[in-house]
This record gives sequence, structure tokens and C-alpha cells, in this order.
Amino acid sequence: MNVDVLNRSGIQPVTASRLAIADCDIHPRPLGAGIGGISKSLYPYLSQRWRDHVEAFGISYRQQWEKGSAYPKGQPQACRRDAWPDGGMPGSDLKFMAEQHLDPNNVTLGILNPLTSGQGAQNPDLSAAITHATNEWQKEEWTSRDSRLKGSVVIPYEDALASVKEIELRSGDPNFAQILLLSRTAEPLGQRRYWPIYQAAVDANLPIGIHAFGYGGWPVTGGGWSSYYIEEMVGHSQAQQALLISMIFEGVFERFPTLKVVLVEAGLAWGAALMWRMDRQWAKLKRETPHLKMLPSEYMKRNVWFTTQPIEEPEPRHQLAEAIEWIGWHRVLFATDYPHWDYDDPAHALPIQMDDTQRRQVFLENAKAVYGIV
Amino acid sequence: MTLQTPVDCDVHPTVPGLRALLPYMDDLWRETVLRRGIDDLTTISYPSLNPISSREDWRDATGKAATTAATLGAQALDPFGTGIAILNCLYGVQAVFSEDMGAAFTSALNRWMVKEWLDVDPRLRASIVVPMQSAELAVEEINRCAPDRRFVQVLLLANGEVPLGRRQMWPIYAAAERHGLPVGIHAGSTYRHPVTPVGWPSYFTEDYVNQAPAMQSQLTSLIAEGVFAKFPNLTVVMMESGVTWLPAYLWRLTKFWKGLRSEIPWVSDPPGSIVRDRVRLTLQPFDGPPDASAVMRVMDHIGSDEILLFSTDYPHWQFEGLAAIPEGLDPSLAQKIMAENPRLTYSRLNQTAQTQLGQPQSGQTQTGPSLSPA
Repeated sequence: MNVDVLNRSGIQPVTASRLAIADCDIHPRPLGAGIGGISKSLYPYLSQRWRDHVEAFGISYRQQWEKGSAYPKGQPQACRRDAWPDGGMPGSDLKFMAEQHLDPNNVTLGILNPLTSGQGAQNPDLSAAITHATNEWQKEEWTSRDSRLKGSVVIPYEDALASVKEIELRSGDPNFAQILLLSRTAEPLGQRRYWPIYQAAVDANLPIGIHAFGYGGWPVTGGGWSSYYIEEMVGHSQAQQALLISMIFEGVFERFPTLKVVLVEAGLAWGAALMWRMDRQWAKLKRETPHLKMLPSEYMKRNVWFTTQPIEEPEPRHQLAEAIEWIGWHRVLFATDYPHWDYDDPAHALPIQMDDTQRRQVFLENAKAVYGIV
Repeated sequence: MTLQTPVDCDVHPTVPGLRALLPYMDDLWRETVLRRGIDDLTTISYPSLNPISSREDWRDATGKAATTAATLGAQALDPFGTGIAILNCLYGVQAVFSEDMGAAFTSALNRWMVKEWLDVDPRLRASIVVPMQSAELAVEEINRCAPDRRFVQVLLLANGEVPLGRRQMWPIYAAAERHGLPVGIHAGSTYRHPVTPVGWPSYFTEDYVNQAPAMQSQLTSLIAEGVFAKFPNLTVVMMESGVTWLPAYLWRLTKFWKGLRSEIPWVSDPPGSIVRDRVRLTLQPFDGPPDASAVMRVMDHIGSDEILLFSTDYPHWQFEGLAAIPEGLDPSLAQKIMAENPRLTYSRLNQTAQTQLGQPQSGQTQTGPSLSPA
């Protein structure tokens, strides 16, 4: 984010040593706005039936607006002002992205998380068609052209069967490193309706990334709709806590012990307090969920990872290191959120003392391990 | 300074059933209750038999706990040497859909508390329960109760129809400020919305754990909407929703405030400073780290020794025996939390010579056995 960073002295920027880094949250975007909210860049991957549908009916989500997001962003497309390539949307031009971000920051592994991919659309068949097209588009126009980049399999997650089909199609395809869901779902993600997705993920040996935002139709607080964008942005951490609570107590990680879940763009410092709370309450209430065989925190430490951006910025900064220590250095994956406005610059985003091992873990090794990249 | 007795800022009197409130209703509502067969307003936030709702050794032969002032005194006040305890009655009067019924039942509830609790044990104080269904009716109830100085706070549930910062709630804050009453926000919901931002959970455990994220969302709302700027003398107390979430929450909120404060220009102070000056949290459930030696590190992250207020959360099950003070807390901090901070927060507690419209009160000389951690 574009703010002054305090207490920087004595801390070596990661780029000074040219450490190779993984960026676990990059947002590519089809060129141009298109008709009905769907870019024409996706047309080569859509059947005539769905091109016709898009041009006549567009795409609607569980929110009020025909296009755009529920809350007006802080700036156009929530993007950095300097991230707009000539004639296109931020994130729509691979060459521009490479020159502005991948090359100078020595990104050797970039995970693509497309956000305008039809996920959460009201029409489930349309959602399946657009997500499928988006996966084809990632392969043709991004990952096959730049070997540093890996795609995320976007799925129409409210329809588990259609999702499973899409996951099976991508199983074993080296263009994809994870399956992507948005966090604001129609029901908490621990619910049984989503379990076929987890089974398919385990079968395909792909982690599940869960990115902030979505269109579940519920207010971002348990007490109704907030007024401001800042409330929605802060609220993503509450939404991610809720979905994690659901996945743990429903027993998802008991049923799928090898499932990997990566929580994207919702912070990480809250992890410790949530673990403590879950453990202490479960100690009294475990008769309700006897299907759990370990402490809630043990599932969290075994099955869940966090991306860094937007990294919390306590003062004094060393408290962030303590917060990471509580959840474990091996659970943390560096991410910039390029090209969004609250981009975390790898040179400045983690102004805390780390030893070499921790630095390599956070900036590269943890990501390689989670995503199975050698 | 003489040793001050502990102030327990969160104890819960149990309403045995709606019939107990009949003597405090007028004919219309008494007849409504009887003719329509309305038995009970216990909500799913605290189901009667749930292990959290009442600690096992505090239940009577009928399975209920805290049904009389005598029991509460013997179980929750005497053992801790508590000099003053604040009653927060959790009975679903806020959850009925009719505004009129909500107001009538709420008023009966407050009258019942005066007669059967405040008048029985001089150590007791109470929060004014208000019909959250209507700010206008809530203000009427505050104005009716406030002259009785034994009412020391206005009680709201965390999750109502709209986020608590919304302008339509402001008449309640204006009334509270005018009467010198903090607003206490307690875990719980009127269930107008699912308790999570991603829909309804399956288990009570999830509902309860989600009360911490729910409280976080409400604090965001209060800050973002400008409640603290508009009402400079208002204090907010967040009750029974943990405390260890506060630092990480504030780090994230502050980061977004730096980036997005143009959206909420009336929030001119950093959120952390607003919270340290104006927001208090009750101690139980503490939700602290399993390692007692880490407790004071968490306190460092919270960054204030004035923010926590002693509570047992009686009769809810949060600890065993008398271990209301978490292990690892410095004794001097424990002393502040138990005796000083509550008296700084609730100005009416310092006017104990006049408890009810100028009537002197007796029996305030009792001192506790010990203020050190149990």
C-alpha cells in the first residue's frame, strides 16, 4: 500500500540480494470490458450458445449492480494508477506486467488469480461456462507464454458437480497450481455441498486457494450491510475467519487430511487469536463435534496457509514477527496483489527481522512446497 | 488508597420464563402472552441446556442457573469478593419482530430486574435492555430507566438489523451519552441475518466462535460511521467476545484507514487511538494463548492497561473454580482490570452513595479476599 514505512533502518530489502520470490496473488484480466460484463477476449473459449447469452442477458451476481462491485472502490478498478497498459485494463498485458512487476522484483513463481471469472454468478450454467473459458484463456494467453506463471483453476463453486468436472479436466495439467474460490459464498465453505470439490482437489493434488470477495448474497457483517468500502475491505478478514471456522468444525480436514487451503488477501495476524479461541471453546463444546479428532488449531497448522498481502502493519513492527511465529513461519506465502491499489512491494512490505531461513520460507520455499513446484 | 473491591462487569441473570415478567406488563401484553401462548424468549445464542450457557456446578435441580439474586450473590459475588456486579440480561426481547411487543417485553424485563435483583442485593447494578427493533422506542426506555442510578449502561446485542454504527442507531448513543451511560455491546444476535458473512453455520460452536469476528465487524462500523467523533463522551464496552483478536484487527483496520480515509474523513484519529480512549472489553472468555508466558506479549500488542474490564461471565462456563483471572497476567495488571478500570469506565459506579434517586445505600463496605490471580 502507498504509505510510509517506519523503522526501516537495518533491514535489508529483499530485492537488494536479488532473492527470487514467489508472488502468490497476481490478478490477470481479460483485455477490454466487453458486452454484458464479459470480455470478448474470452469469446474464443465460449460456445456460440454462451456468446449469445452474454450479449442478450449479460451476467448478474447476488448484488445490486449490473456491472462493477457492490461498494465503489477507492480508485478505478481498485488498481494502481501506474498499472494501466496502453489501451487496456490493469493486468491485461503480459509484457507490461513482466516489465513492471515480474522482472524487476525477480518473481520466479507467480500464481494467477483471475477475479472476474464468472464465479458466484446467479446463473449456474453461465458461471460454469465463463469459469471454463477463463481457465482456457489463462492457459493460452498467460501460462503457456511465461513459464514463471501458474494459473488457478477457477470453478463455479456454488455448483459442486460442475466444479468437479472442471477440476478433473485440469488434473495433471502443469499450467495450473491451485483451484480458486472466492470467500463470500452462499453457505459457509465447511458445508457438505462443497465437499465434492475438496475430494476432487485432493484427487488432483491441487491446493484450494480462497480469495477475498465474492457474491454469496449475505451482508458482510452478521448484523447487516455496512455503509463503506473500507468496512468491506476490513470485513474480508471476518469472512475468512468464518469460513475457516466452518471448514474446521464441519470436519473438512478430518475427512480430507491432505487438503491444502490457502487463504488469500485477508490478512494473517488474526490467525493466532482465532486458534486460541477455537481451541478454548471446543474444549467445552466438543461433544457437539465429536468427528474432530484433533484440536481446531492442529487442523489449522496442518492444512491452512496464509498469503501476506495486505500485510498487517503494527507499530512496533516486531509484533508482526510474533504474530507470524504464533501461526508458524512455514504457513506464510508472500503475495503482492498486483496490479491492485493496495499492492505490497516486496522490498518494503515485511520490515521485520527475519533470519535467512524465514526469509526464504516466506518469499519462496513455502509457496514451492504448497504448490508442489520443484 | 484503600484496596478497592472487584467489579464484575458481565454477569447474567436468568429469566425463568416469560411468565416471570407478567407482573411487570400491562393488561394488553399480559393477555397477549397468555392468550397466544408465548412461553419463552430464550434464543439460540444461549440455549438452555448448552454447556456454555451455565457451568455445570452452578445449575440448580431444574438445570437452570442464576435464577435468583441470592444464588447469583452466593455463586458469583461472594467467592470473588466482588463489590459490584453488572447484570446483562440476555433474554430475546430484542429478537421479536414486532416493535411494540419488543418494547413492552423489554420494559417488563427492566422492571423485573429492578424489583427482583437490584432491590434484593445492593451489590448489583444493571444494563438497560432496549428494544433494538426501534431506536425511538429504545430511547424512551433509556429515558425511563436512567434516573435510577443503579442502571449503569445501555445493552445492545452485537448483531441486529443494521450494523451498530449506522445513523439510524444514533439516537440511542445520544441518549446514552446524555445520561452518562456507556453502551455495552454483548455477544448475541437477533438473527435477522446469519451470524457469519457467509451464511448460516451448522453448529452452535461455530455460532459462538463467530461472535468474535461479529464484534470486530461492529467495531469497524462504529468507527467508520463516526460514532466516536459524533459522541465525544460515549464509551463502548464489548462483552463476552474475547479480547486477543483486538491487536491484529486494529493493525488491519489502521492500514486500510491510511489508504481509504478519504471515504470517511470524519475519522481523523487512528483507529487504535480511538479504541484505547473509548472502547473497553470484558475479560471472559479470555481466549488467550495456551502458553501462559505469552499472555503478557498479547497484552503488549493490545498496548493499554486500561482496556480490559474484569468479568466472570457468570453463569456461562468460561473457567473452572475461581480461575477468572487468566494465568500469566501480571498481578498489578490484574488489579487494574478487576478494580480500577471498571470504575474509570462506569462513572455511575463512583456514585454508590446514591443508588436510587437519592436514596442512600447500605452494605457497600465488603472487601474481597484477594485480587491476585486465582
